[in-house]
Amino acid sequence: MSILSLTAVELSDKIKKGEIKVTQALDEVFAQIDAKEKQLNCYVTLEKEKAYAQAEEVQKKIDSGELTGPLAGVPFAIKDNMCTEGTLTTCSSKILENFVPTFTAEAVKNLEAAGAVIIGKTNMDEFAMGSTTETSYYGVTRNPHNPEHVPGGSSGGSAAAVAADECFAALGSDTGGSIRQPASFCGVVGMKPTYGTVSRYGLIAYGSSLDQIGPLTKDVRDCATILETIASHDSKDSTSIPRKDTDFTTALVDDVKGMRIGIPRDYFGEGLDPQVKEAVLAAAQVLKEKGAIVEEFDLSLVEYAIPTYYTIAAAEASSNLERFDGIKYGYRASEYEGLHHMYKKTRSEGFGPEVKRRIMLGSFVLSSGYYDAYYLKALRVKALIKKAFDEAFAKYDVILGPVAPTTAPKLGESLADPIKMYLGDIYTIAVNLAGLPGISLPCGKDEKGLPIGLQLIGDCFREKKLIRMAYSYEQSRGGRS
Amino acid sequence: MKQYETVIGLEVHVELATKTKIFCGCSTAFGGAPNTHTCPVCTGMPGSLPVLNKQVVEYAIAVGLATNCEITRYCKFDRKNYFYPDNPQNYQISQLYLPICHDGYVEIDTPAGPKKVGIHEIHMEEDAGKLIHDEWEDCSLVDYNRSGVPLIEIVSEPDMRSADEVIAYLEKLRLIVQYLGASDCKLQEGSMRADVNLSVREVGSEKFGTRTEMKNLNSFKAIARAIEGERARQIELLEEGKSVIQETRRWDDNKEYSYAMRSKEDARDYRYFPDPDLVPVFISEEWLEKIKSAQPELRTEKMKRYKEEYDIPDYDIEIITGSKHMADLFEACVAICKQPKKVSNWLMVETMRLLKEQEMEPEEIRFSPQHLADLIMMVDKKEINSTVAKEVFAQMFDHDEDPTAYVEAHGLKSQNDAVELKKIVENIIAANPQSVEDYHNGKQKAIGFLVGQTMKATAGKADPGTVNQLLKQLL
Repeated sequence: MSILSLTAVELSDKIKKGEIKVTQALDEVFAQIDAKEKQLNCYVTLEKEKAYAQAEEVQKKIDSGELTGPLAGVPFAIKDNMCTEGTLTTCSSKILENFVPTFTAEAVKNLEAAGAVIIGKTNMDEFAMGSTTETSYYGVTRNPHNPEHVPGGSSGGSAAAVAADECFAALGSDTGGSIRQPASFCGVVGMKPTYGTVSRYGLIAYGSSLDQIGPLTKDVRDCATILETIASHDSKDSTSIPRKDTDFTTALVDDVKGMRIGIPRDYFGEGLDPQVKEAVLAAAQVLKEKGAIVEEFDLSLVEYAIPTYYTIAAAEASSNLERFDGIKYGYRASEYEGLHHMYKKTRSEGFGPEVKRRIMLGSFVLSSGYYDAYYLKALRVKALIKKAFDEAFAKYDVILGPVAPTTAPKLGESLADPIKMYLGDIYTIAVNLAGLPGISLPCGKDEKGLPIGLQLIGDCFREKKLIRMAYSYEQSRGGRS
Repeated sequence: MKQYETVIGLEVHVELATKTKIFCGCSTAFGGAPNTHTCPVCTGMPGSLPVLNKQVVEYAIAVGLATNCEITRYCKFDRKNYFYPDNPQNYQISQLYLPICHDGYVEIDTPAGPKKVGIHEIHMEEDAGKLIHDEWEDCSLVDYNRSGVPLIEIVSEPDMRSADEVIAYLEKLRLIVQYLGASDCKLQEGSMRADVNLSVREVGSEKFGTRTEMKNLNSFKAIARAIEGERARQIELLEEGKSVIQETRRWDDNKEYSYAMRSKEDARDYRYFPDPDLVPVFISEEWLEKIKSAQPELRTEKMKRYKEEYDIPDYDIEIITGSKHMADLFEACVAICKQPKKVSNWLMVETMRLLKEQEMEPEEIRFSPQHLADLIMMVDKKEINSTVAKEVFAQMFDHDEDPTAYVEAHGLKSQNDAVELKKIVENIIAANPQSVEDYHNGKQKAIGFLVGQTMKATAGKADPGTVNQLLKQLL
């Protein structure tokens, strides 16, 4: 069995037993990167030297017994919107082409403290705006299952790197499905925890009230283990929530007897690819056979999720991205006359079209005279969506549905029609609006051999129910796919 | 000419006296080298997040309570979006929709009796950095040391009708804030800044005229001049049949004229919205009670107490409590030397004289209460005479000189050794037979001459009263 086929937890076990050296794991990963990266383009930045130096440190600490955790020695990839001290952090944008942070994001720090070795920063849609990783300034990332197709997005680089064994696990961020959808398209596991579970300190904000960091992994065990490691109460993030129930690995139990599953009819209507529908319903059947109680219900308000999301996320983004002005860091236009011209040229040249579209949309919905009609209304709908979920979770432990209406589209298909691309987020974004946890895991492939994802949604702070159900389902499929 | 009435409302910014900034742990201290009191948060680094300083909320509430405001129990922060390099995020975190205090008032004294000036709201916000234009290099530099320093903005109702009322309101506000310890309120240093909203209307008119907002007012005198200037400008326009344009104007105190900065037409759209990085602030009953019970003694209560406790004249009380710093100094000094009347005298006479002479504010007094108390006790013990005391005090006033050490170092101790002094007086009598004779012939002036001669002989260190007595005895 090759080292690359091991999960993160399996690899760490062998490293701690002395069967594999950390540098050996790195050798394998960088060999795989050399072989695949030219075609896939999962990474914006690779830090080979730093990774080997870090590996030596970690190896020493493992040998001395200082590091004993389940992720010690595991090579990780980090989405390029998380700050890493001394390492280029671009958000896949030209405007941050030369930005080297002075501090490391809290979630990455937590990983490093657990003995993870960071090998590089993964490609993404520019500032996490997009669903295909095609809006990156640093080129598209391709789907390891079929390079003619997108890996999904915005955490497409992280998902593809895990799927292509270019790392053992990765961190992504999810504002409207940016972890779950690429996980689904690339056939890996991806989880967005409850808002406030993982510190956002050091995550370059897109939609602050919706952004959460989460893992992209080879299996559910890795997913639970990493989430347990990165979850922390951080006094530097006012929206961080102190939780005592982050021992997520205790939920890795193969038993769903008596668990109540709600299937929202609204998630299976028009626009859903029949093959995706079939695979997802088959997964529900498997869980039912394992003793879960499965019921259909009407979630309601689903059609409002997309306009609500694009109003709120764009509004926040338009403000969050104001700091990129060429004054303090990042790209600055080379020629300009005066301050305002410098701002204008820098931002016109530094941002790509999708980012500009959302800045304009966000500025519009916040402008005086439109604030009440758009932004304020969107906040009210957001509250109603949360209420609809509250009612559902009074009856069900878990809501089960597809992650995306289709499998991964071909490169170039989505960008031609942004509205269609936005509609592709229909099953994932309500989860962010309501602050809920959601997990995406593989449940089959379509006739073209592209992975299909199953989405499980839980109530706030009920990640353990998701992990338990996802793990049980994975076990019945004979472990990881 | 028609009779006009001036209608004035103020927006007062006060820099709070917290040790650290409003959303990060950086120091608020003045005068650091550029960009040394900064961190990723107050320089707007990507990925940084704000965390609210609790002390800012407590100061804002304290000011709200002292100005009779309602406290907003569930308040939020909003982002005010505009591009300028002194604003590292290109948005300022402020409060628009739910400011922390609202609907209060302060009472001012006017010739027509007491008057209430309404407070529309008080909100919390962050200060911006400072731009420095380097003419030599033809570039602009930015210093973020002030970025993130906490401010409260106190917005009054348009209740004032004259420059005198405005000054009375500002004086009152400044004392309240100083007494609360929430800020030192120095206009010159910018820790208190006032923007003046002013309009005029015909006397008897119910409707407000079109107002202008004036900025760049950094002394009470400038404010008074700006009000007079703007009132005259607006009346002139109306008299000429023109109309006042709603705009922001910048006062130039040297030229005594204001210049238009921007009109309502090109007013910025700040696209305010609730800051998603901060959670709403919920002010519980317990928290509010805690702040209430920790409110320090304000001026009115202090004046009452001084009258009961110290038995000093009303005028002295008025002057001393007119500055928090002076009142603190007074109390600390009395606590040491137990002589309220004498402490009050030093403050009322010598201190006020030197302040006036050196054009200083009472807040700028540098000497410590211990040193003033030492000085008073030295005079009491006749260790120095009052002339020497004044000389020593001047040194204390300038650079907080330790009086004991100064007197020692300069050999100013009184010549009080009775035997020694008697010898000197005897010598003086022997050396001035003419004066002695004059004295015996009933010329009272002669004794004054002899006292003077003795003082000269002791280099001014003898106590003139003692010398006088001694002379009479010996003659």
